[in-house]
Amino acid sequence: MSILVVMEQRAVAGPPAWSRMSWETLSAGQQLAHELQQPVSAAVLGQGIAPLAAELADKKLDHVYVVEHELLKDYTPDTYTAAVRQLVEHTGASIVIFPHTYQVRDFLPKLATALGRVAVSDVVAYRIEDGKLVLVRQLFQGKLNVDVRFAGDPPYFASLQAGAYRADKIESGSAPVETFTPQLSPSRTKPLELFREAQRAVDLTAAEIIVSVGRGIKEADNIPVVQKLADALGAELAASRPICDSGWLPMERQVGSSGQTVAPKMYIAVGISGAIQHLVGMKGSKTIVAINKDANAPIFEVADYGIVGDLFQVVPALVEEIKKAKG
Amino acid sequence: MKIVVCIKQVPARDSQLRVAPSGAWIQDADLSYEINEPDAYALEEGLQLKEKHGGEVVVLCAGPARAAQTIREALAKGADRAIHIAEEDLGAFDPLGAARLLAAALAPEKPDLVLTGLQSDDLGYGQTGVILAELLGLPHATIIMQVEKQDGSIRVKRELEDGWFQHVEMPLPALLTIQSGINKLRYATLMGIKKAKNKEVRNVTAAGLGAGSTVPSIQLSRVYLPARSKQTQLFDGPPKEAAAKLVEKLKFEARVI
Repeated sequence: MSILVVMEQRAVAGPPAWSRMSWETLSAGQQLAHELQQPVSAAVLGQGIAPLAAELADKKLDHVYVVEHELLKDYTPDTYTAAVRQLVEHTGASIVIFPHTYQVRDFLPKLATALGRVAVSDVVAYRIEDGKLVLVRQLFQGKLNVDVRFAGDPPYFASLQAGAYRADKIESGSAPVETFTPQLSPSRTKPLELFREAQRAVDLTAAEIIVSVGRGIKEADNIPVVQKLADALGAELAASRPICDSGWLPMERQVGSSGQTVAPKMYIAVGISGAIQHLVGMKGSKTIVAINKDANAPIFEVADYGIVGDLFQVVPALVEEIKKAKG
Repeated sequence: MKIVVCIKQVPARDSQLRVAPSGAWIQDADLSYEINEPDAYALEEGLQLKEKHGGEVVVLCAGPARAAQTIREALAKGADRAIHIAEEDLGAFDPLGAARLLAAALAPEKPDLVLTGLQSDDLGYGQTGVILAELLGLPHATIIMQVEKQDGSIRVKRELEDGWFQHVEMPLPALLTIQSGINKLRYATLMGIKKAKNKEVRNVTAAGLGAGSTVPSIQLSRVYLPARSKQTQLFDGPPKEAAAKLVEKLKFEARVI
Protein backbone atom coordinates (compact mmCIF):
# COMPACT_ATOMS: atom_id res chain seq x y z
CA MET A 1 0.00 0.00 0.00
CA SER A 2 1.40 3.38 -0.93
CA ILE A 3 0.39 6.80 -2.19
CA LEU A 4 1.64 8.33 -5.43
CA VAL A 5 1.32 12.04 -6.26
CA VAL A 6 1.57 12.80 -9.98
CA MET A 7 2.87 16.36 -10.28
CA GLU A 8 2.31 18.55 -13.34
CA GLN A 9 4.80 20.63 -15.27
CA ARG A 10 4.44 22.57 -18.48
CA ALA A 11 6.86 24.47 -20.68
CA VAL A 12 4.86 27.50 -21.78
CA ALA A 13 7.43 30.17 -22.52
CA GLY A 14 10.79 28.82 -21.38
CA PRO A 15 11.94 25.69 -19.57
CA PRO A 16 9.51 23.26 -17.90
CA ALA A 17 7.87 24.85 -14.84
CA TRP A 18 5.54 23.50 -12.16
CA SER A 19 1.83 23.90 -12.22
CA ARG A 20 1.38 25.51 -8.80
CA MET A 21 -1.60 23.33 -7.95
CA SER A 22 0.78 20.35 -7.91
CA TRP A 23 2.26 21.55 -4.61
CA GLU A 24 -1.17 21.61 -2.99
CA THR A 25 -1.68 18.04 -4.17
CA LEU A 26 1.73 17.05 -2.81
CA SER A 27 0.79 18.58 0.53
CA ALA A 28 -2.45 16.60 0.56
CA GLY A 29 -0.50 13.46 -0.35
CA GLN A 30 1.86 13.91 2.61
CA GLN A 31 -1.05 14.53 4.96
CA LEU A 32 -2.93 11.49 3.67
CA ALA A 33 0.19 9.34 3.99
CA HIS A 34 0.55 10.44 7.60
CA GLU A 35 -3.06 9.62 8.45
CA LEU A 36 -3.07 6.28 6.66
CA GLN A 37 0.45 5.40 7.84
CA GLN A 38 1.56 4.70 4.30
CA PRO A 39 4.61 5.78 2.31
CA VAL A 40 4.11 8.59 -0.22
CA SER A 41 6.06 9.16 -3.43
CA ALA A 42 5.88 11.81 -6.14
CA ALA A 43 6.37 11.63 -9.88
CA VAL A 44 6.99 14.15 -12.63
CA LEU A 45 6.69 13.39 -16.36
CA GLY A 46 8.35 15.10 -19.31
CA GLN A 47 11.67 15.62 -21.00
CA GLY A 48 14.56 17.62 -19.54
CA ILE A 49 12.94 17.72 -16.12
CA ALA A 50 15.92 16.87 -13.92
CA PRO A 51 15.90 20.37 -12.33
CA LEU A 52 12.27 19.86 -11.30
CA ALA A 53 13.06 16.44 -9.84
CA ALA A 54 15.80 18.04 -7.75
CA GLU A 55 13.18 20.30 -6.17
CA LEU A 56 11.19 17.26 -5.16
CA ALA A 57 14.20 15.42 -3.73
CA ASP A 58 14.32 17.65 -0.64
CA LYS A 59 10.75 16.94 0.34
CA LYS A 60 9.62 14.31 2.82
CA LEU A 61 8.91 11.56 0.30
CA ASP A 62 9.62 7.85 0.02
CA HIS A 63 10.65 8.14 -3.64
CA VAL A 64 10.80 10.67 -6.44
CA TYR A 65 10.12 9.19 -9.87
CA VAL A 66 11.40 11.03 -12.91
CA VAL A 67 9.49 9.74 -15.91
CA GLU A 68 11.58 10.86 -18.88
CA HIS A 69 10.87 10.20 -22.54
CA GLU A 70 11.11 12.26 -25.71
CA LEU A 71 7.45 11.49 -26.41
CA LEU A 72 6.54 13.15 -23.09
CA LYS A 73 8.06 16.49 -24.09
CA ASP A 74 4.67 17.85 -25.14
CA TYR A 75 1.58 16.57 -23.38
CA THR A 76 -0.69 14.16 -25.24
CA PRO A 77 -3.41 11.99 -23.67
CA ASP A 78 -2.06 8.83 -25.33
CA THR A 79 1.53 9.12 -24.12
CA TYR A 80 0.70 10.44 -20.64
CA THR A 81 -1.89 7.72 -20.07
CA ALA A 82 0.56 5.00 -21.11
CA ALA A 83 3.40 6.47 -19.03
CA VAL A 84 1.39 6.92 -15.81
CA ARG A 85 -0.19 3.50 -16.22
CA GLN A 86 3.24 1.86 -16.45
CA LEU A 87 4.46 3.88 -13.49
CA VAL A 88 1.47 2.87 -11.37
CA GLU A 89 2.10 -0.77 -12.22
CA HIS A 90 5.83 -0.36 -11.52
CA THR A 91 5.32 1.26 -8.12
CA GLY A 92 2.27 -0.75 -7.08
CA ALA A 93 0.73 2.45 -5.68
CA SER A 94 -2.74 1.97 -4.23
CA ILE A 95 -3.85 5.62 -4.15
CA VAL A 96 -2.80 7.88 -7.01
CA ILE A 97 -3.64 11.59 -6.75
CA PHE A 98 -3.39 14.43 -9.26
CA PRO A 99 -4.02 18.19 -9.27
CA HIS A 100 -7.40 18.84 -10.98
CA THR A 101 -5.92 20.74 -13.94
CA TYR A 102 -7.17 20.94 -17.52
CA GLN A 103 -4.43 18.47 -18.48
CA VAL A 104 -5.45 15.95 -15.82
CA ARG A 105 -9.08 16.31 -16.86
CA ASP A 106 -7.92 15.37 -20.36
CA PHE A 107 -6.21 12.06 -19.52
CA LEU A 108 -7.10 10.82 -16.02
CA PRO A 109 -10.50 9.34 -17.02
CA LYS A 110 -8.75 7.53 -19.89
CA LEU A 111 -6.11 6.13 -17.53
CA ALA A 112 -8.67 4.96 -14.98
CA THR A 113 -10.79 3.36 -17.71
CA ALA A 114 -7.78 1.54 -19.14
CA LEU A 115 -7.38 -0.06 -15.69
CA GLY A 116 -11.12 -0.70 -15.25
CA ARG A 117 -11.42 1.94 -12.54
CA VAL A 118 -13.29 5.25 -12.05
CA ALA A 119 -11.37 8.31 -10.94
CA VAL A 120 -12.98 10.64 -8.42
CA SER A 121 -12.53 14.05 -10.04
CA ASP A 122 -12.57 17.54 -8.58
CA VAL A 123 -12.14 16.56 -4.92
CA VAL A 124 -12.41 19.45 -2.42
CA ALA A 125 -11.69 17.57 0.83
CA TYR A 126 -11.10 14.13 2.24
CA ARG A 127 -11.31 12.35 5.57
CA ILE A 128 -10.54 8.91 6.92
CA GLU A 129 -13.46 6.94 8.33
CA ASP A 130 -12.83 3.47 9.82
CA GLY A 131 -9.49 3.40 8.03
CA LYS A 132 -11.24 4.03 4.70
CA LEU A 133 -10.78 7.07 2.49
CA VAL A 134 -13.86 9.26 2.03
CA LEU A 135 -13.59 11.95 -0.66
CA VAL A 136 -15.78 15.05 -0.81
CA ARG A 137 -16.75 16.53 -4.14
CA GLN A 138 -19.36 18.97 -5.35
CA LEU A 139 -22.61 18.39 -7.18
CA PHE A 140 -24.84 20.80 -9.08
CA GLN A 141 -22.16 23.44 -9.62
CA GLY A 142 -21.32 23.63 -5.94
CA LYS A 143 -24.87 23.76 -4.56
CA LEU A 144 -24.43 20.40 -2.81
CA ASN A 145 -21.58 18.22 -1.60
CA VAL A 146 -21.33 14.46 -1.78
CA ASP A 147 -19.18 11.92 0.06
CA VAL A 148 -17.65 9.37 -2.28
CA ARG A 149 -16.01 6.06 -1.38
CA PHE A 150 -14.04 3.68 -3.51
CA ALA A 151 -15.44 0.20 -3.98
CA GLY A 152 -13.48 -2.74 -5.33
CA ASP A 153 -9.73 -3.13 -5.42
CA PRO A 154 -7.02 -0.47 -5.74
CA PRO A 155 -5.43 1.37 -7.43
CA TYR A 156 -7.73 4.28 -6.61
CA PHE A 157 -7.49 7.53 -8.58
CA ALA A 158 -8.50 11.06 -7.59
CA SER A 159 -7.88 14.64 -8.73
CA LEU A 160 -7.82 17.49 -6.19
CA GLN A 161 -9.33 20.93 -6.81
CA ALA A 162 -7.23 24.08 -6.31
CA GLY A 163 -7.38 25.71 -2.91
CA ALA A 164 -8.34 22.55 -1.02
CA TYR A 165 -4.87 21.99 0.49
CA ARG A 166 -2.08 24.32 1.49
CA ALA A 167 1.21 24.16 -0.36
CA ASP A 168 3.00 25.95 2.51
CA LYS A 169 2.46 22.91 4.74
CA ILE A 170 4.75 20.65 2.70
CA GLU A 171 7.27 18.82 4.89
CA SER A 172 10.93 18.82 3.94
CA GLY A 173 13.13 15.75 3.94
CA SER A 174 15.28 13.81 1.60
CA ALA A 175 14.08 11.41 -1.08
CA PRO A 176 15.94 9.12 -3.47
CA VAL A 177 15.37 9.97 -7.14
CA GLU A 178 14.61 7.10 -9.50
CA THR A 179 14.43 7.51 -13.26
CA PHE A 180 11.65 5.52 -14.90
CA THR A 181 11.62 5.08 -18.67
CA PRO A 182 8.22 4.01 -20.02
CA GLN A 183 7.66 2.14 -23.29
CA LEU A 184 5.72 4.54 -25.50
CA SER A 185 4.32 4.67 -29.01
CA PRO A 186 3.64 7.96 -30.80
CA SER A 187 0.37 9.68 -29.95
CA ARG A 188 -2.60 9.75 -32.32
CA THR A 189 -3.25 13.38 -31.45
CA LYS A 190 -0.69 15.94 -32.52
CA PRO A 191 -0.22 18.86 -30.13
CA LEU A 192 0.56 22.18 -31.84
CA GLU A 193 1.49 25.58 -30.46
CA LEU A 194 0.31 27.10 -27.19
CA PHE A 195 -1.03 30.61 -27.59
CA ARG A 196 -2.99 33.39 -26.00
CA GLU A 197 -5.63 35.45 -27.76
CA ALA A 198 -4.98 39.12 -28.49
CA GLN A 199 -3.32 41.01 -25.63
CA ARG A 200 -5.64 41.69 -22.74
CA ALA A 201 -6.71 45.29 -22.75
CA VAL A 202 -8.18 44.94 -19.28
CA ASP A 203 -5.98 43.90 -16.38
CA LEU A 204 -8.49 42.98 -13.69
CA THR A 205 -5.69 41.95 -11.34
CA ALA A 206 -4.76 45.62 -10.90
CA ALA A 207 -8.28 46.67 -9.81
CA GLU A 208 -8.86 47.55 -6.15
CA ILE A 209 -12.59 46.95 -6.39
CA ILE A 210 -14.35 44.61 -8.79
CA VAL A 211 -18.08 44.38 -9.44
CA SER A 212 -18.75 41.05 -11.10
CA VAL A 213 -21.96 39.97 -12.76
CA GLY A 214 -23.45 36.53 -13.43
CA ARG A 215 -26.46 34.80 -14.92
CA GLY A 216 -28.81 36.57 -12.54
CA ILE A 217 -28.63 39.64 -14.77
CA LYS A 218 -30.85 37.70 -17.21
CA GLU A 219 -30.11 39.65 -20.42
CA ALA A 220 -27.51 41.85 -22.09
CA ASP A 221 -29.75 44.91 -21.88
CA ASN A 222 -29.56 44.76 -18.09
CA ILE A 223 -25.77 45.17 -17.91
CA PRO A 224 -26.09 48.95 -17.21
CA VAL A 225 -27.69 48.03 -13.85
CA VAL A 226 -24.34 46.68 -12.61
CA GLN A 227 -22.26 49.15 -14.62
CA LYS A 228 -23.83 51.91 -12.49
CA LEU A 229 -22.70 50.10 -9.34
CA ALA A 230 -19.17 49.77 -10.72
CA ASP A 231 -19.16 53.46 -11.64
CA ALA A 232 -20.36 54.51 -8.20
CA LEU A 233 -17.48 52.58 -6.60
CA GLY A 234 -14.83 53.40 -9.20
CA ALA A 235 -14.62 49.65 -9.79
CA GLU A 236 -13.80 47.48 -12.79
CA LEU A 237 -16.71 45.48 -14.18
CA ALA A 238 -16.10 41.74 -14.48
CA ALA A 239 -18.24 38.67 -15.12
CA SER A 240 -18.62 34.95 -14.64
CA ARG A 241 -18.11 32.70 -17.61
CA PRO A 242 -21.69 32.41 -18.95
CA ILE A 243 -21.92 36.19 -19.36
CA CYS A 244 -18.80 36.22 -21.55
CA ASP A 245 -19.91 33.06 -23.40
CA SER A 246 -23.09 34.88 -24.35
CA GLY A 247 -21.06 37.86 -25.56
CA TRP A 248 -22.69 40.28 -23.07
CA LEU A 249 -19.25 41.33 -21.84
CA PRO A 250 -15.89 40.67 -23.55
CA MET A 251 -13.95 37.49 -22.61
CA GLU A 252 -11.15 39.61 -21.15
CA ARG A 253 -13.48 40.56 -18.28
CA GLN A 254 -13.99 36.96 -17.21
CA VAL A 255 -13.00 35.89 -13.68
CA GLY A 256 -12.46 32.20 -12.95
CA SER A 257 -10.33 29.20 -13.85
CA SER A 258 -10.48 29.94 -17.56
CA GLY A 259 -10.30 33.72 -17.11
CA GLN A 260 -8.36 35.94 -14.74
CA THR A 261 -7.57 35.19 -11.10
CA VAL A 262 -8.11 38.27 -8.96
CA ALA A 263 -7.69 39.27 -5.32
CA PRO A 264 -8.94 42.85 -4.99
CA LYS A 265 -9.73 44.72 -1.76
CA MET A 266 -13.41 44.20 -2.48
CA TYR A 267 -15.21 41.83 -4.84
CA ILE A 268 -18.95 42.27 -5.28
CA ALA A 269 -20.60 39.26 -6.91
CA VAL A 270 -23.98 40.16 -8.36
CA GLY A 271 -26.25 37.34 -9.52
CA ILE A 272 -23.36 34.86 -9.48
CA SER A 273 -24.20 31.49 -7.95
CA GLY A 274 -20.55 30.63 -7.35
CA ALA A 275 -19.57 27.47 -9.25
CA ILE A 276 -16.12 26.26 -8.22
CA GLN A 277 -14.64 27.43 -11.54
CA HIS A 278 -15.61 30.97 -10.58
CA LEU A 279 -14.69 30.71 -6.89
CA VAL A 280 -11.09 29.64 -7.61
CA GLY A 281 -10.66 32.90 -9.52
CA MET A 282 -11.82 35.27 -6.76
CA LYS A 283 -11.89 33.67 -3.32
CA GLY A 284 -8.58 35.32 -2.40
CA SER A 285 -10.33 38.71 -2.42
CA LYS A 286 -10.06 40.58 0.87
CA THR A 287 -13.72 41.43 1.26
CA ILE A 288 -16.36 39.53 -0.65
CA VAL A 289 -19.93 40.75 -1.03
CA ALA A 290 -22.62 38.60 -2.63
CA ILE A 291 -26.03 39.63 -3.90
CA ASN A 292 -28.15 36.67 -4.96
CA LYS A 293 -31.78 35.61 -4.83
CA ASP A 294 -30.91 32.06 -3.75
CA ALA A 295 -29.88 31.91 -0.09
CA ASN A 296 -28.28 28.51 -0.76
CA ALA A 297 -26.10 29.76 -3.62
CA PRO A 298 -22.51 28.59 -3.01
CA ILE A 299 -21.23 32.16 -3.39
CA PHE A 300 -22.46 32.79 0.17
CA GLU A 301 -19.99 30.17 1.39
CA VAL A 302 -17.12 32.53 0.68
CA ALA A 303 -18.89 35.87 1.19
CA ASP A 304 -18.18 38.19 4.13
CA TYR A 305 -21.36 40.17 3.52
CA GLY A 306 -24.46 39.27 1.62
CA ILE A 307 -27.92 40.35 0.63
CA VAL A 308 -30.42 37.68 -0.35
CA GLY A 309 -32.77 39.38 -2.76
CA ASP A 310 -33.68 40.50 -6.24
CA LEU A 311 -30.63 42.22 -7.71
CA PHE A 312 -32.84 44.52 -9.79
CA GLN A 313 -34.11 46.06 -6.55
CA VAL A 314 -31.01 45.67 -4.39
CA VAL A 315 -28.38 47.04 -6.79
CA PRO A 316 -30.09 50.40 -7.53
CA ALA A 317 -30.69 50.85 -3.78
CA LEU A 318 -27.03 50.07 -3.15
CA VAL A 319 -25.92 52.63 -5.74
CA GLU A 320 -27.98 55.31 -3.95
CA GLU A 321 -26.56 54.40 -0.54
CA ILE A 322 -22.97 54.35 -1.85
CA LYS A 323 -23.41 57.79 -3.40
CA LYS A 324 -24.75 59.05 -0.06
CA ALA A 325 -21.87 57.46 1.89
CA LYS A 326 -19.29 58.93 -0.46
CA GLY A 327 -20.96 62.32 -0.12
CA MET B 1 -19.59 13.52 -41.87
CA LYS B 2 -21.60 11.36 -39.48
CA ILE B 3 -21.71 13.00 -36.08
CA VAL B 4 -23.13 11.54 -32.87
CA VAL B 5 -23.83 14.05 -30.09
CA CYS B 6 -24.29 12.66 -26.57
CA ILE B 7 -26.68 14.73 -24.49
CA LYS B 8 -27.94 14.49 -20.94
CA GLN B 9 -31.06 15.82 -19.29
CA VAL B 10 -30.38 17.57 -15.96
CA PRO B 11 -32.44 19.58 -13.42
CA ALA B 12 -33.05 23.14 -14.64
CA ARG B 13 -30.40 25.61 -13.56
CA ASP B 14 -32.44 27.68 -11.15
CA SER B 15 -33.93 24.62 -9.39
CA GLN B 16 -34.25 24.85 -5.62
CA LEU B 17 -32.54 21.64 -4.65
CA ARG B 18 -33.47 19.71 -1.55
CA VAL B 19 -31.70 16.65 -0.25
CA ALA B 20 -33.91 13.55 -0.13
CA PRO B 21 -34.69 12.20 3.38
CA SER B 22 -32.50 9.16 2.61
CA GLY B 23 -29.54 11.52 2.05
CA ALA B 24 -28.63 9.47 -1.01
CA TRP B 25 -29.75 11.97 -3.66
CA ILE B 26 -31.95 15.04 -4.14
CA GLN B 27 -35.75 15.14 -4.11
CA ASP B 28 -36.28 15.02 -7.84
CA ALA B 29 -40.01 14.38 -8.17
CA ASP B 30 -41.14 17.98 -8.66
CA LEU B 31 -38.14 19.39 -10.54
CA SER B 32 -38.20 20.63 -14.09
CA TYR B 33 -35.51 19.45 -16.47
CA GLU B 34 -33.52 20.76 -19.41
CA ILE B 35 -30.60 19.82 -21.64
CA ASN B 36 -27.23 19.95 -19.89
CA GLU B 37 -25.79 23.30 -20.99
CA PRO B 38 -22.40 22.18 -22.40
CA ASP B 39 -24.28 19.45 -24.30
CA ALA B 40 -26.43 22.14 -25.93
CA TYR B 41 -23.21 23.70 -27.25
CA ALA B 42 -22.00 20.26 -28.43
CA LEU B 43 -25.27 19.79 -30.31
CA GLU B 44 -24.98 23.23 -31.89
CA GLU B 45 -21.40 22.46 -32.97
CA GLY B 46 -22.58 19.21 -34.54
CA LEU B 47 -25.35 21.00 -36.43
CA GLN B 48 -22.96 23.68 -37.70
CA LEU B 49 -20.42 21.07 -38.86
CA LYS B 50 -23.17 19.24 -40.72
CA GLU B 51 -24.32 22.47 -42.37
CA LYS B 52 -20.76 23.13 -43.55
CA HIS B 53 -19.68 19.64 -44.56
CA GLY B 54 -22.90 17.65 -45.03
CA GLY B 55 -23.73 14.38 -43.32
CA GLU B 56 -25.92 13.43 -40.42
CA VAL B 57 -26.34 14.39 -36.76
CA VAL B 58 -27.54 11.63 -34.45
CA VAL B 59 -28.45 12.46 -30.85
CA LEU B 60 -27.73 9.85 -28.18
CA CYS B 61 -29.24 10.18 -24.72
CA ALA B 62 -29.39 7.83 -21.75
CA GLY B 63 -32.09 8.64 -19.24
CA PRO B 64 -35.59 7.94 -17.95
CA ALA B 65 -38.82 8.47 -19.91
CA ARG B 66 -38.81 12.23 -19.16
CA ALA B 67 -35.61 12.59 -21.27
CA ALA B 68 -37.81 12.12 -24.37
CA GLN B 69 -38.71 15.83 -24.10
CA THR B 70 -35.04 16.92 -24.27
CA ILE B 71 -34.48 14.56 -27.20
CA ARG B 72 -37.46 16.09 -29.07
CA GLU B 73 -36.00 19.55 -28.53
CA ALA B 74 -32.67 18.44 -30.01
CA LEU B 75 -34.50 17.03 -33.04
CA ALA B 76 -36.45 20.29 -33.36
CA LYS B 77 -33.16 22.21 -33.49
CA GLY B 78 -32.08 20.10 -36.45
CA ALA B 79 -30.67 16.71 -35.38
CA ASP B 80 -31.67 14.04 -37.91
CA ARG B 81 -32.56 11.19 -35.58
CA ALA B 82 -32.07 10.00 -32.02
CA ILE B 83 -31.28 6.99 -29.89
CA HIS B 84 -32.80 6.93 -26.42
CA ILE B 85 -31.28 4.48 -23.97
CA ALA B 86 -34.26 4.13 -21.66
CA GLU B 87 -32.89 3.71 -18.16
CA GLU B 88 -34.98 4.79 -15.19
CA ASP B 89 -32.19 4.65 -12.64
CA LEU B 90 -29.01 6.10 -14.09
CA GLY B 91 -27.87 6.63 -10.50
CA ALA B 92 -27.05 2.93 -10.35
CA PHE B 93 -24.30 3.51 -12.92
CA ASP B 94 -20.95 5.08 -12.15
CA PRO B 95 -19.32 7.14 -14.94
CA LEU B 96 -17.69 4.03 -16.41
CA GLY B 97 -21.00 2.12 -16.35
CA ALA B 98 -22.85 5.04 -17.97
CA ALA B 99 -20.17 5.39 -20.64
CA ARG B 100 -20.38 1.64 -21.33
CA LEU B 101 -24.09 2.10 -22.05
CA LEU B 102 -23.38 4.94 -24.46
CA ALA B 103 -20.50 3.03 -26.08
CA ALA B 104 -22.70 -0.02 -26.72
CA ALA B 105 -25.25 2.14 -28.54
CA LEU B 106 -22.59 4.19 -30.34
CA ALA B 107 -20.26 1.53 -31.70
CA PRO B 108 -22.62 0.13 -34.39
CA GLU B 109 -23.24 3.69 -35.66
CA LYS B 110 -19.57 3.99 -36.74
CA PRO B 111 -19.56 7.79 -36.53
CA ASP B 112 -16.78 10.01 -37.87
CA LEU B 113 -17.05 12.32 -34.91
CA VAL B 114 -18.52 11.98 -31.40
CA LEU B 115 -19.29 15.15 -29.44
CA THR B 116 -20.20 15.52 -25.76
CA GLY B 117 -20.41 18.49 -23.42
CA LEU B 118 -17.31 18.80 -21.24
CA GLN B 119 -19.22 18.00 -18.05
CA SER B 120 -22.71 17.65 -16.67
CA ASP B 121 -24.31 20.30 -14.51
CA ASP B 122 -25.61 17.70 -12.04
CA LEU B 123 -22.88 15.16 -11.23
CA GLY B 124 -20.13 17.20 -12.87
CA TYR B 125 -17.53 14.43 -13.16
CA GLY B 126 -16.35 15.80 -16.50
CA GLN B 127 -15.33 12.28 -17.47
CA THR B 128 -17.98 10.63 -19.63
CA GLY B 129 -16.57 11.84 -22.96
CA VAL B 130 -12.99 10.78 -22.23
CA ILE B 131 -14.07 7.39 -20.85
CA LEU B 132 -16.21 6.90 -23.95
CA ALA B 133 -13.24 7.67 -26.22
CA GLU B 134 -11.14 5.06 -24.41
CA LEU B 135 -13.92 2.45 -24.62
CA LEU B 136 -14.37 3.11 -28.35
CA GLY B 137 -10.63 3.27 -28.99
CA LEU B 138 -10.87 6.82 -30.38
CA PRO B 139 -8.40 9.70 -30.07
CA HIS B 140 -9.90 12.62 -28.15
CA ALA B 141 -9.44 16.17 -26.96
CA THR B 142 -11.29 18.01 -24.20
CA ILE B 143 -12.63 21.50 -23.44
CA ILE B 144 -12.79 22.44 -27.12
CA MET B 145 -13.50 25.99 -28.29
CA GLN B 146 -13.18 25.52 -32.08
CA VAL B 147 -13.42 22.64 -34.55
CA GLU B 148 -12.04 22.73 -38.11
CA LYS B 149 -12.49 19.78 -40.41
CA GLN B 150 -9.58 18.92 -42.65
CA ASP B 151 -9.10 16.05 -45.08
CA GLY B 152 -9.61 12.94 -42.92
CA SER B 153 -8.64 14.80 -39.79
CA ILE B 154 -9.67 17.68 -37.54
CA ARG B 155 -7.85 20.58 -35.99
CA VAL B 156 -9.28 21.82 -32.70
CA LYS B 157 -8.63 24.62 -30.23
CA ARG B 158 -8.28 23.36 -26.67
CA GLU B 159 -8.83 25.70 -23.75
CA LEU B 160 -6.18 25.69 -21.01
CA GLU B 161 -5.84 27.63 -17.77
CA ASP B 162 -5.23 31.38 -17.45
CA GLY B 163 -6.33 32.36 -20.94
CA TRP B 164 -4.02 29.93 -22.77
CA PHE B 165 -5.11 27.78 -25.70
CA GLN B 166 -3.57 25.03 -27.79
CA HIS B 167 -4.26 23.74 -31.27
CA VAL B 168 -4.38 19.96 -31.58
CA GLU B 169 -4.75 17.83 -34.70
CA MET B 170 -6.06 14.29 -34.84
CA PRO B 171 -7.33 11.76 -37.37
CA LEU B 172 -11.03 10.90 -37.70
CA PRO B 173 -12.92 9.17 -36.21
CA ALA B 174 -12.40 11.06 -32.97
CA LEU B 175 -14.22 12.30 -29.87
CA LEU B 176 -14.34 15.88 -28.58
CA THR B 177 -15.75 17.32 -25.37
CA ILE B 178 -17.15 20.78 -26.05
CA GLN B 179 -16.85 23.86 -23.83
CA SER B 180 -19.77 26.23 -23.29
CA GLY B 181 -19.44 29.39 -25.37
CA ILE B 182 -17.85 27.72 -28.43
CA ASN B 183 -20.74 28.95 -30.59
CA LYS B 184 -24.04 30.75 -30.41
CA LEU B 185 -26.98 28.51 -29.59
CA ARG B 186 -29.94 28.50 -31.95
CA TYR B 187 -33.59 28.31 -31.05
CA ALA B 188 -35.84 25.68 -32.56
CA THR B 189 -38.03 27.12 -35.31
CA LEU B 190 -41.73 26.39 -35.60
CA MET B 191 -40.96 24.37 -38.74
CA GLY B 192 -38.25 22.51 -36.83
CA ILE B 193 -40.65 21.62 -34.04
CA LYS B 194 -43.17 20.33 -36.59
CA LYS B 195 -40.57 18.25 -38.43
CA ALA B 196 -39.23 16.77 -35.20
CA LYS B 197 -42.51 14.92 -34.69
CA ASN B 198 -41.74 12.66 -37.65
CA LYS B 199 -38.09 12.07 -36.92
CA GLU B 200 -36.90 8.66 -35.78
CA VAL B 201 -36.29 8.05 -32.08
CA ARG B 202 -35.02 4.53 -31.50
CA ASN B 203 -35.62 3.27 -27.98
CA VAL B 204 -33.17 0.76 -26.61
CA THR B 205 -32.58 -0.62 -23.12
CA ALA B 206 -29.45 -1.31 -21.17
CA ALA B 207 -30.27 -5.02 -21.19
CA GLY B 208 -30.93 -4.90 -24.95
CA LEU B 209 -27.50 -3.35 -25.45
CA GLY B 210 -25.92 -6.11 -23.38
CA ALA B 211 -24.58 -3.46 -21.01
CA GLY B 212 -26.57 -3.86 -17.80
CA SER B 213 -25.31 -2.20 -14.65
CA THR B 214 -22.07 -3.67 -13.38
CA VAL B 215 -20.62 -3.37 -9.90
CA PRO B 216 -19.75 0.33 -9.54
CA SER B 217 -16.17 1.16 -8.55
CA ILE B 218 -17.16 4.32 -6.69
CA GLN B 219 -20.13 4.87 -4.41
CA LEU B 220 -21.90 8.10 -3.48
CA SER B 221 -22.63 7.68 0.21
CA ARG B 222 -24.23 10.96 1.33
CA VAL B 223 -25.45 14.19 -0.24
CA TYR B 224 -25.56 17.35 1.90
CA LEU B 225 -25.41 21.14 1.91
CA PRO B 226 -21.80 22.38 2.04
CA ALA B 227 -20.64 24.05 5.25
CA ARG B 228 -19.78 27.71 5.01
CA SER B 229 -16.09 28.51 5.23
CA LYS B 230 -16.82 32.06 6.34
CA GLN B 231 -19.38 33.55 8.70
CA THR B 232 -21.39 35.61 6.25
CA GLN B 233 -23.18 38.66 7.62
CA LEU B 234 -26.50 38.67 5.81
CA PHE B 235 -28.65 41.79 5.59
CA ASP B 236 -32.35 41.54 5.00
CA GLY B 237 -35.43 43.68 5.02
CA PRO B 238 -36.55 45.97 2.20
CA PRO B 239 -33.81 46.51 -0.43
CA LYS B 240 -33.17 50.10 0.66
CA GLU B 241 -32.70 49.10 4.30
CA ALA B 242 -30.49 46.12 3.48
CA ALA B 243 -28.38 48.26 1.15
CA ALA B 244 -27.94 50.92 3.83
CA LYS B 245 -26.81 48.33 6.41
CA LEU B 246 -24.37 46.82 3.93
CA VAL B 247 -22.86 50.18 2.99
CA GLU B 248 -22.38 51.04 6.67
CA LYS B 249 -20.43 47.80 7.20
CA LEU B 250 -18.38 48.35 4.06
CA LYS B 251 -17.52 51.85 5.19
CA PHE B 252 -16.85 51.37 8.91
CA GLU B 253 -15.98 47.68 9.32
CA ALA B 254 -14.36 46.54 6.06
CA ARG B 255 -13.25 50.11 5.30
CA VAL B 256 -13.41 49.58 1.57
CA ILE B 257 -15.59 52.56 0.67
